[in-house]
Amino acid sequence: MARQDPKKEVVIVGLGWTGAIMGMELAEEGLEILALERGPDRRTVPEMKYPEMIDELSQGERHKMMQRPSQSTITIRRDLHETALPMRKWGSFLLGNGVGGSGVHWNGQNWRPQPVEMGLRSYVTDRWGAAIIPEDMTIGDYPVTYDNLEPFFDRFEYVAGISGIAGNLNGEIREGGNPFEGWRSRDYPMPALPVTYNGAKFAEAARAMGYHPFPRPGGNASTSYVNEYGMQMGACNFCGFCERYGCYQYSKSSPQTTILAALFRKPNFSYRTGAEVLRVEMAADGLTATGVTYFDEDTGEEVFQPADIVILAAYQIENVRLMLISGIGQPYDPATGKGVTGKNYGYQITGSTSMFFRDEHFNPFVGSGINGVCIDDFGMNAIDFGAEGFIGGAYISSAQTNGQPIRSMPLPENTPEWGAGWKSAIAEWYGHEMSISHHASVMSYRGHYCDLDPTYRDRHGRPLMRITFDWHPNELRLNAFLQEKIEALARTMQPDLMKSSYKDFDSRYDVRPYQTTHNTGGAIMSQTPEGGPLNRYLQAWDKHNVFVTGAGAFVQNTQYNPTGLVGGLAYWAADAIRRQYLRNPGPLV
Amino acid sequence: MTAPPQNPKPHFPLSHPGRRQFLRVSAASFAAAGLWPSTVAAQDMPPLKDYPRAWLTENEWVFVLAAVARLIPSDGEGPGAIEARVPVFIDRELAGDFGAATDWYMEGPHQPDAPPELGWQSPLSPADIYRAAIPLFDEWCVSRHGTAFADLDAAMQDEALTALEGGDVPLPPELRDFFDILLTNTKEGYFSDPIHGGNHGMAAWVHIGFPGARAHYREWVGRHNIPYPLGPVSISGERA
Ligand SMILES: Cc1cc2nc3c(=O)[nH]c(=O)nc-3n(C[C@H](O)[C@H](O)[C@H](O)COP(=O)(O)OP(=O)(O)OC[C@H]3O[C@@H](n4cnc5c(N)ncnc54)[C@H](O)[C@@H]3O)c2cc1C
Ligand code: SF4
Repeated sequence: MARQDPKKEVVIVGLGWTGAIMGMELAEEGLEILALERGPDRRTVPEMKYPEMIDELSQGERHKMMQRPSQSTITIRRDLHETALPMRKWGSFLLGNGVGGSGVHWNGQNWRPQPVEMGLRSYVTDRWGAAIIPEDMTIGDYPVTYDNLEPFFDRFEYVAGISGIAGNLNGEIREGGNPFEGWRSRDYPMPALPVTYNGAKFAEAARAMGYHPFPRPGGNASTSYVNEYGMQMGACNFCGFCERYGCYQYSKSSPQTTILAALFRKPNFSYRTGAEVLRVEMAADGLTATGVTYFDEDTGEEVFQPADIVILAAYQIENVRLMLISGIGQPYDPATGKGVTGKNYGYQITGSTSMFFRDEHFNPFVGSGINGVCIDDFGMNAIDFGAEGFIGGAYISSAQTNGQPIRSMPLPENTPEWGAGWKSAIAEWYGHEMSISHHASVMSYRGHYCDLDPTYRDRHGRPLMRITFDWHPNELRLNAFLQEKIEALARTMQPDLMKSSYKDFDSRYDVRPYQTTHNTGGAIMSQTPEGGPLNRYLQAWDKHNVFVTGAGAFVQNTQYNPTGLVGGLAYWAADAIRRQYLRNPGPLV
Repeated sequence: MTAPPQNPKPHFPLSHPGRRQFLRVSAASFAAAGLWPSTVAAQDMPPLKDYPRAWLTENEWVFVLAAVARLIPSDGEGPGAIEARVPVFIDRELAGDFGAATDWYMEGPHQPDAPPELGWQSPLSPADIYRAAIPLFDEWCVSRHGTAFADLDAAMQDEALTALEGGDVPLPPELRDFFDILLTNTKEGYFSDPIHGGNHGMAAWVHIGFPGARAHYREWVGRHNIPYPLGPVSISGERA
């Protein structure tokens, strides 16, 4: 028998980045809000404190802060004919769990999409004609433009406390920033961080080739900062334990450092941990949701939580699964192309070249999540898709985020994996390597999608979500193009040895090595109800009191890390709820 | 599950608890001043043969000692897996959540012969894989070379491990990841913080020049191409 709790005006599913943003924005309207978070509570002190946090085995290898696959996972297959199998332990991506979500243990690399990425289908068609779009590529235009979103990107950057140098201030190109970026109405809230030796070397080589290097923007504070909620950050000390770790010293942008303490002071906001939402409940007429049912870890029972507005902020994977389980939007069918929920799953493709310099010292443990120098000279808006034979782009960077030796031990080609040769190589080469890598876009395709797995279930008996995804020749061509550019640049730096690792034309998606936690699509926003389950305000077309945040809304993935766009879209949707929906609840489009 | 991680209690008594407590409270300040003498040698650990095991049987222990000694041998510069006490780490990991695959999704149906790119598909936990694979590998060594792995000479052991790595030792598909986890666990034990039982004296960190849990380098960002001078500290405050 499910318990029923007193009604709330808003229930938020998941208290990560977007749950915290929506909580704060709607709490300012005086609404009664409850956030339900599957994982435990997490504060800087005591949960992230020094020195216990600085433990590569527990955090980096055993993922002690992440969702446990035993709680819930996904199944993966590479094509419609393969049997999807569960990701039994994490590999390709890692999912956040607990207050703060993935915002606790991300790197903080923060980007806006390019204006052309928001209107991609039109951009490609206008420039080169629709004929260059492969038949199975399902890219579109976002139903919202870069210009619409600019104030909301800005808002997220000022709340999150992003460090960087503006390259395009109101259309004026500025020295030292990214000249290829979209316009910004003001500079970043904090100046860029200094860079380590690898970054300085890369910048010099890139400039000599005529490229335009700039320090990577992101959420590692370069100085002390106070945001609009009075939340304070202190300068990052390059601890070298950023991604996969909580920041022990209030320097990484996270819900904890930038929103939550202020939000928890609001009397009309409350949250529960150990509360895994199982499904969204629907009214008899099917037009609205009545609330959610969750599993209460404390009492071991199911609880129905009624609410006027339901916000799904449980990350792309769980948002799409909850929509499929609860009947929000018609499930997408790749055979007919009909249906919307689960459509256009996307990811990121990456590759890198290591360079070894026997007599130079990089001190790789001196690192931060965003530390590095980038070029955007091979970004979306700089490539002639017609001439190159693919649609896509990338930023190229030389990063130095950590020197943690279990996972970060790049060694030259043909070094043995074990034995005397390995043991001498690790001493010879540790600290004498730097790398250049690309971080590239992945387009949407008819056969890449999410649905419910027919076989595997979680501990509550709910089907796992199944992802069907593989590398497409379009992205493999882009990857080969980028490899050539990176290797040419690397050679000008005259390393003693070089080692490249890129996918080749036969590569299939391999779930074992970590790649990125940049899962996109499945709950895409669209101009019409036939195009995707959400409208341009992240509102479900068929259940007007359900809003869905996160990268699930991406029509196709961009060439950048997703959170700048995720945060901007959350503020954009919150603004529409505050200004329009609360006054007149109903479809906003 | 809340962070910080609960580390399993060491299975061996520390010889000087009072001294260890002292280390924990004062090492940071001493380390900062550069005054702390190298302390690790002073902490005498029970020899590996007397180590009270939590998971591995006598035969398995003999195998693990022999195998890790080839994966990271003792000769040459730097510690081998034996000096780093990697077998202690492996025993403790196998006795804990990792060994039991507590955090992993282990529901069936299982398809252990699936394409490897689809990841771990064995129905067995890592600890069960060690348990099942060691006797099979030993049998293979006996049939090939007339003796169990631990009794082979070093060159033959390397050859046998190479065969295991290359998939040339016939193992059923549910055990096919055995070499991978053995090697991964060996490197984890070599490089992880000493609180987990390996990397004894942080000697593996000293070997490569990793400063361990210092995690504070702001003033080093702009010092380009200058080797970092300080040795490692550990989570419990040791310094080497
Ligand atoms: C290791 C790592 C590194 C990353 N680095 C970067 C980076 O450098 N740059 C970048 O742009 N992005 C990065 N990301 C991605 C970034 O963290 C996400 O884009 C961002 O956190 C997404 O915000 P969200 O609100 O959608 O989800 P999250 O912040 O993950 O929050 C989702 C929350 O929902 C909870 N939840 C899930 N299911 C349920 C349920 N059924 N019931 C209740 N609660 C539930 C989860 O526990 C979680 O707390 C990284 C991610 C990871 C894991
Ligand atoms: S690198 Fe900087 S922001 Fe990241 S965890 Fe360390 S101190 Fe915090």
